[in-house]
Amino acid sequence: MVCCLQSVIVLFVALRKARKQQQLISKRLLREDTQNGEGKAGMEIPTDPLSEQEVLQLLRDTQKGTEERKKSLSCLRQALQHKETQQKFVRLEGSMRVLIGLFTSSLADVQMEAAHCLHELSHSSDPAVAEACLPATSYLLTYLSGHSIEFTSPHEAVLEGLGYVLSQLLQAKEASIEIIPLVLDSALPQHMLQLVCSNLELGMGVAVEFAWCLHYVVCSCVNNALLISQGIMSTLVLLLLELASMVSKAVADGLELLICPVLRCLSNLLAEEMEGCNMQVQDERLLVALFTFMQYFLNHHLFIVQECLWLLNNLTADEPFFCSAMLTLDLIPALLQLLPCSRMVALLVLTVLCNIAEKGCAYCQQLHQKAVLSSLISILTLSDAEVAGQCLELLHLLFLHWPEAAADFFTQAGLQALEQHQHHPELQERVRALMNLATQPTAASPCSLVSSAAVPSSLP
Amino acid sequence: LLPVPARAPPQAPFRFSPRRLRCPREHELLEDGDIHRHLYLQDILVSVTQVTEKPKVSEFSCHIAGCCQVFDTLEGYEHHYNTLHRNVCSFCKRSFPSGHLLDIHILEWHDSLFQIMAEKQSMYQCLVQGCVEKFKSSKDRKDHLVTVHLYPSDFRFDRPKKAKSSTKHSKSPLLQNASMPVDIKTFEQPQVDSMEISPVENMENASQPLSSLISLPPEKHLNRSRIPSTICFGQGAARGFKSMRKKI
Repeated sequence: MVCCLQSVIVLFVALRKARKQQQLISKRLLREDTQNGEGKAGMEIPTDPLSEQEVLQLLRDTQKGTEERKKSLSCLRQALQHKETQQKFVRLEGSMRVLIGLFTSSLADVQMEAAHCLHELSHSSDPAVAEACLPATSYLLTYLSGHSIEFTSPHEAVLEGLGYVLSQLLQAKEASIEIIPLVLDSALPQHMLQLVCSNLELGMGVAVEFAWCLHYVVCSCVNNALLISQGIMSTLVLLLLELASMVSKAVADGLELLICPVLRCLSNLLAEEMEGCNMQVQDERLLVALFTFMQYFLNHHLFIVQECLWLLNNLTADEPFFCSAMLTLDLIPALLQLLPCSRMVALLVLTVLCNIAEKGCAYCQQLHQKAVLSSLISILTLSDAEVAGQCLELLHLLFLHWPEAAADFFTQAGLQALEQHQHHPELQERVRALMNLATQPTAASPCSLVSSAAVPSSLP
Repeated sequence: LLPVPARAPPQAPFRFSPRRLRCPREHELLEDGDIHRHLYLQDILVSVTQVTEKPKVSEFSCHIAGCCQVFDTLEGYEHHYNTLHRNVCSFCKRSFPSGHLLDIHILEWHDSLFQIMAEKQSMYQCLVQGCVEKFKSSKDRKDHLVTVHLYPSDFRFDRPKKAKSSTKHSKSPLLQNASMPVDIKTFEQPQVDSMEISPVENMENASQPLSSLISLPPEKHLNRSRIPSTICFGQGAARGFKSMRKKI
């Protein structure tokens, strides 16, 4: 236990350094809004650090009646911007206890002000201050994991604040060595998952914070096998389905902030390629959900399209289940419509199409039927080398498994589209390989001999 | 499911092979989403500092005899009531934040059969719901709570059976454990919050009665306490901070 505490002290000191380098936005913001001033009567923004007596008085004032308390806390927060004041504060008997007590009080305003004070302290590079803040971490974690959290509105603000603080802690460089293993050892991930999935209408802020916490835990890859074994993936899939239904009802303000980290968790968990994780996600409604998101957020939050496509890649790369579902649910046209959005999106769309085509001739035949070729010819004409290269890979797969597509391609003036790139060093080999097919007679691919009964026609 | 032939390696000069992609925190694919997240936090942090004007209600006090807490919102009162008055142990009047913890308290403190059985087998259950561990002593349980569930090591756990009286601190429940001296003169007791219970009524300083099992009249049994006196959050944690500074 002692070495655990010591290592957390080291973490805290290092956290200060890490936070000075990263996360400058949130720190800059807290400075900015203080300088904008809150205009509270009788409160000046202190330019000098307070004396020990003044700090003591402020702290006593935070324990008085409600109005005084809020003012005093706000003063304290501003005062704590000074290193000397921070040092005086932590030296005072029971000061951290009081602050933590206020942080867990039932009054939302008080909670938030106390959270700001803690936040201020957490920026300190002084080891003595870090040491004083140290028990707060385990206390915060205990607060979360030690109780079943009831969702009442006085709790909502403090939960959101806690989730935010935790999300900051989890981003530190040392977090993967020090904090995340502790988190994974406790019941915390299940609690976090619960908070992400419940009370979405009331507690969106809380769900968002804890979803980002989960993302930081997962993308650190400390022990994703454990999370997968606890069934996190099927829970997240169900959550996405619920979010998609909210989106389709246009009850979606700010929903992208929750959807984004959930998508990331699923994608990174799939990338672990663990036994049995595929089973947790095999639900073709997930595809419908992804396309719902992409359509809805296309115009204002393109990053959601990108991240949905990343997940789609991970779903279609190995398992034919989702490749089949893309065809039977007739989602190929919607996918093709995304091609012009951006370079990154085009790359991802083409990669997904390659995943599908790679599965073999039955898939290529269907892709061909969905008029993939005309989109490819347009994109080939317009694109940079990397996107063009991915196009060529796709064409190769299509022609390999379904030669009829090659013939069709060349009748649609595909040759001219290819010629455009034939001298590019990165592309020329592949372009020439494809151009050669223009001169060869169409060979019957082995799979065209397969009876059509094996190839289900797509549903309308 | 459409038929899939065995996967073959790519034919040169083509090189595509399907591959699941992992994106660590700094991956470029995540950049736009991260920026959006930062902007969202910006908005939140700025708006949180704007004090919301709540409609003013004149102050009122808790109606439970002996409780002098004052409120100006219904939410605050509701929270206070649920925390301090809803689950009170009918034997010793301590209040607890959940029925679960109350049940454990009653079992361990007011059930003589428990003491007898505890001599032979592990009876002290872990306080965290969902954890099935049981222990031979409350100290072992405390160690488990600290090591596994991350409770601060200076949480005040059990009161020893023989209450140690101390003239300075006769009102506070903290003081029973002589190894953790606390100077509480510096501050007034902070207002109790959701995690901190200071029993308002007199502490019972006599050792626990080991009388035979009392069958409670049903209505008394419904008075349930929340936090076991064995657990003290705010107060214990503060002492923990102090002690920790001295140790290290």
